[in-house]
Amino acid sequence: MAFFDYFRRQQKTAGMAKDRLSVIVARERVGTRGGPDYLAQLQQELLAVLAKYERIDLHQVSVNLDRTGDCDVLELNILLPEQAEANRRAAGAVS
Amino acid sequence: MSKVVVVTSGKGGVGKTTTTANIAAGVAQRGHKTVAIDFDVGLRNLDLVLGCERRVVYDFVNVLKGEAKLGIALIRDKRIENLHVLPASQTRDKDALDPEGVGKVIEELKSMGFEYIICDSPAGIEKGAQMAMYFADEAIVVANPEVSSVRDSDRVLGLLAAKTNRAEVGTAPIKSHLLLTRYSPAMVKKGEMLSVDDVLELLGIPLLGVIPESKAVLQSSNKGAPAILDETTDVAQAYLDVVYRFLGEEREHRFIEEEKRGILRRLFG
Repeated sequence: MAFFDYFRRQQKTAGMAKDRLSVIVARERVGTRGGPDYLAQLQQELLAVLAKYERIDLHQVSVNLDRTGDCDVLELNILLPEQAEANRRAAGAVS
Repeated sequence: MSKVVVVTSGKGGVGKTTTTANIAAGVAQRGHKTVAIDFDVGLRNLDLVLGCERRVVYDFVNVLKGEAKLGIALIRDKRIENLHVLPASQTRDKDALDPEGVGKVIEELKSMGFEYIICDSPAGIEKGAQMAMYFADEAIVVANPEVSSVRDSDRVLGLLAAKTNRAEVGTAPIKSHLLLTRYSPAMVKKGEMLSVDDVLELLGIPLLGVIPESKAVLQSSNKGAPAILDETTDVAQAYLDVVYRFLGEEREHRFIEEEKRGILRRLFG
């Protein structure tokens, strides 16, 4: 009921906007700002290699460059599709 | 000393042309010889917003192709003494723009004594937008407090840092400023709109100003007279502050907090 909705704690949409943006902006910034130019390309090439062996999407490979003090840390994060793998094995066993 | 400034955003409809018109008018009013160039080839609109659409004879592309002299294509504003407009072509396509030609025109404008060369970028990140930013010394990134606009602004900041003359030559990077338009302090207070601090934190560039959402913007484009000319409106005040800050003066930020309204104005305002 609208009357009671008024008193219910509403989720603030501005906060949701900010959270979503911080994720997407950070991801798209790879290789475009602050970091070396090759990061975006590195991400693409890694994806191409991985795609030979695994069914994998762009969003499952993340490449990040972090600066802590005067030390650069290149962080690669590859998420393998476990479920897909399990399914394929099961299918292989049947045939 | 001339300064080349690009007004850009990525996303369309956030207020680039309005901002170009108002900043160019404001800077010219303060005595600086200023030219506003419309880079939106095929979809020119700066002439309309500045109210000189009936005086367009030659355009930017005519000048690039050598069909008209720059001095003849420039339109002198009738209200503001130091303001000139170089309109975009309405018929050609954006391939008419190339770095060499655009560079020559900008150099010629500099030699004509223009202090501020303000480039109104088209929406998107294609050729027209890239040409508008290519020779810039400073960038005014116009954004609305809204997810798609903020995301696109971040993309544009990436391009400004990589695909411009300054980036390629390796001189000091383009100075980028944020101009947040269509801001509604009341909605921000209720948590329904990204706040100026949120946007600043996400984009990480200094704030040039906040322009409140206002009917005055549409009214001024209806008339073809930049809002800054009618100093009674909040939009004009906000743009005036922006102009002063842009020219290096310190001005406190306004229009960020909700205006306190008395009970009478609440009832009858």
